[in-house]
Amino acid sequence: MYAQMVKSEATNDDPEKLAAFQARIDAGEKIEPKDWMPEGYRKTLVRQIGQHAHSEIVGQLPEGNWITRAPTLERKAILLAKVQDEAGHGLYLYCAAETLGVSRDDLTEALLSGKMKYSSIFNYPTLTWADMGAVGWLVDGAAIMNQVPLQRTSFGPYARAMVRICKEESFHQRQGYDIMMKMAFGTPAQKAMAQDALNRFWYPSLMMFGPSDKDSVHSAQSMAWRIKMNTNDELRQKFVDQTVPQAEYLGLTIPDPAVVWNAEKGGYDYSEPDWTEFFEVIKGNGPCNAERIAARQKAWDDGAWVRDGLMAHARKRAGAQVAAE
Amino acid sequence: MDTMTDLDTALFAGLCRLGDSTLVLGHRVSEWCGHAPVLEEDIALANVALDLIGQTQMWLGLAAEIEGKGRDADALAFRRDVWEFRNLLLVERPNGDFGHTLMRQFLFDAWHQPMLKALESSGDPRIAGIAAKAGREVAYHLERSADLVIRLGDGSLESHNRMQAALDTLWPYTGEMMTADATDQALAEAGIMAAPDSIRPEWDALVRDVLAEATLGIPPGTHMHKGGKQGQHSEHLGHMLATMQWLQRAYPDATW
Repeated sequence: MYAQMVKSEATNDDPEKLAAFQARIDAGEKIEPKDWMPEGYRKTLVRQIGQHAHSEIVGQLPEGNWITRAPTLERKAILLAKVQDEAGHGLYLYCAAETLGVSRDDLTEALLSGKMKYSSIFNYPTLTWADMGAVGWLVDGAAIMNQVPLQRTSFGPYARAMVRICKEESFHQRQGYDIMMKMAFGTPAQKAMAQDALNRFWYPSLMMFGPSDKDSVHSAQSMAWRIKMNTNDELRQKFVDQTVPQAEYLGLTIPDPAVVWNAEKGGYDYSEPDWTEFFEVIKGNGPCNAERIAARQKAWDDGAWVRDGLMAHARKRAGAQVAAE
Repeated sequence: MDTMTDLDTALFAGLCRLGDSTLVLGHRVSEWCGHAPVLEEDIALANVALDLIGQTQMWLGLAAEIEGKGRDADALAFRRDVWEFRNLLLVERPNGDFGHTLMRQFLFDAWHQPMLKALESSGDPRIAGIAAKAGREVAYHLERSADLVIRLGDGSLESHNRMQAALDTLWPYTGEMMTADATDQALAEAGIMAAPDSIRPEWDALVRDVLAEATLGIPPGTHMHKGGKQGQHSEHLGHMLATMQWLQRAYPDATW
């Protein structure tokens, strides 16, 4: 899940309008940018879509870390294409947010100042080539769990962005699993790297779904508005149930002895991640938070002269056109 | 095949010159991933890098086939040392600021596009085929890099100064692209590859026009660096290869 712990905004709108709005959502209608919407709906969506966009952008960094070290030309090309897709997802999502009246520059500044968040997962380091497999398999796998239902979300531009994004994400997940197969069925060193990657990414992947439903205070309003389609625990269970057999196929061990099939509930039992760690990462104390934001800040600062230069040229051209007319 | 004919030896070298140049430039451009000045540029840079890596697979794949020693494109890319690389010096120049990266791209694209156009008429249909496919991609690279050079050259005072500084630094690395040696001559005489000097009129005209529109001045110096095509590189290439080849070298028995 690329948007975690999105706080639903309270709404102080006219009760009649609110009821009519809710009726549209309940009828499965899409809300479009020019339609009336409660202020809380707009603000919550800006926060959620913005956080999702930032996750795509920051998410380029842990994978970009391996593009220059990809072991074959084909792997390098696949990874480049993947990271390019992520930048593209960021672009669609910023555009979707723009339809709600917030500019990409505003959102970028909120990211850099720490006012807006991105997914906790991207604050973990990518240490070996197997991590490129684990990120595709687990991180994109978890993201898909959340994003497939969001194709039916109530806000039209977000739902449509999600349709395109999901197609590409499922391709990424397959590519990630393909790397894991090569590693898990490769030399002893490769297999050890694959296990190590799973050990490090397992709990952070479970954290992607956000805290347990009983501690997730913002879910109810977002679910009523169909901005959030499933509870955190539902999605996390689904992810575990999908992933455990895949790990077995690879001959890898999930780093949690509590993972056992529970016939009664029809799913695997598993241990909760360390939520203290999760909240520390969200607060900025994860292993890579400082580096990730510093990298984005540097790109933004170093790029200022380019953006200014392009604007200056556009003004000159517009001026020349006026003079010619 | 134990020994290659003289022409095959020249062809192998010629293909490595093309494939190593696209590999090294593709690698350099890929170093930008996630760090570009605007999101659209992150996407465009990744796209250019991706095209160049794809072209590398084709050129080095054909080189390996001509060589006939059981190597493939990956073996050539990841298991040769600096002295065996045949790329142009221009493409191994470090990225520098965005202006350097962009100017390096433009100066290369302005050569790459007419070179591929000429290679479409190669007497070797494999080369003509690769050139045709790559040429469609490179036409876009040139359109983009020329447009951005103009916009930033004729942009703000700072962007102008940065683009001029990039041009001044990179200009002495452009001569090598259009200087023929014995290998180039042999391939040109056999009708397999265009002679590098035959590209010059088109390169000169294009570069002159774009730089004029960009309000940038061509540096007065005439000295040109050379050696990349013969395997004599700058110190920068070794560091790039140390990064790029590390996994293949550290785990030589692994498949990926």
